[in-house]
Amino acid sequence: MSSCTIPIANTRSVTGIRTAKLATWWIIGSEIVIFGGLLVSYLLLRLHNLDWAHDAAHTNTWAGAFNTFVLLTSSYFVVLAHQAAEERNGAQAYRYLWYTIGGGLVFMLVKAYEYGTKIHHGITLSSGVFWSFYYTATGLHGCHVLAGMIIMAFVAHAAKKGENLHRVECIGIYWHFVDVVWIFLFPLLYIAK
Amino acid sequence: MSDSHPTSQAHPHPNYFKIWGTLVILLIVSVLGPLIGIPLLTLMTAFGIAVVKALMVAAYFMHLNVEKKIIWYILLICLTLMFLFFFVIAPDIMNHEGTNWHSIGSAVKNSDVVHH
Repeated sequence: MSSCTIPIANTRSVTGIRTAKLATWWIIGSEIVIFGGLLVSYLLLRLHNLDWAHDAAHTNTWAGAFNTFVLLTSSYFVVLAHQAAEERNGAQAYRYLWYTIGGGLVFMLVKAYEYGTKIHHGITLSSGVFWSFYYTATGLHGCHVLAGMIIMAFVAHAAKKGENLHRVECIGIYWHFVDVVWIFLFPLLYIAK
Repeated sequence: MSDSHPTSQAHPHPNYFKIWGTLVILLIVSVLGPLIGIPLLTLMTAFGIAVVKALMVAAYFMHLNVEKKIIWYILLICLTLMFLFFFVIAPDIMNHEGTNWHSIGSAVKNSDVVHH
């Protein structure tokens, strides 16, 4: 598509912010309510049910800490991809985006190990309200990580050809939000015992 | 498709490696702090540092420190809705008793925890 046929939705902007980026922020806004509602419900019930600490004792703090490190590092890579995209260096952005996807993959593998270990020990979604929250919150978060990885692969493919480089920032904002959600999930589910 | 949009906005880029390093140090503190076993210290290191880490990611990685104010308004509206949800239902959920009712289950469970 040539530069003279850019879709009008991408160029029209009352706010002075690119439409794609503004839409990304609106998604983040709705995600705040979704994850916020879930975490606030958990917090309310956790403070009301002190015995949940016995269940929380079974979560693997070191696996959670390692996953936090992985997500923080992947956030670092995606912001470098954004910087490369602004410098119009598509090849560099492509490379950093794939490092980020690699980070997402490691995160999911650790999560799969955690799930596998727990299910092996008979701890499932129906083992109690704490575990319902644990699987729902981490599962929903994992779905977001997976979706981010898939979208990022498409963005990286276009970035390599120097196309739609502005999308690198959009997927970056989304990925950082996924990181922020995990930053709160980690102490709530893995540290508060 | 070309990327030369009229709304193109570049950000100032700080030293991201330093920010990442700070985040990793904060993560280490948030893991080690609770091991000491002092509840107040656990609260500060685990949850206090989580807030600091989240703010750092939002400010520097998501560039909210230099972003247009409308983005702040969008996020603040959503955060307000979330906290409204919390504070409106919290009194009912948190109380163990009220007018003509009391929660027997939670009282029994929590007394068990205290006795253990």
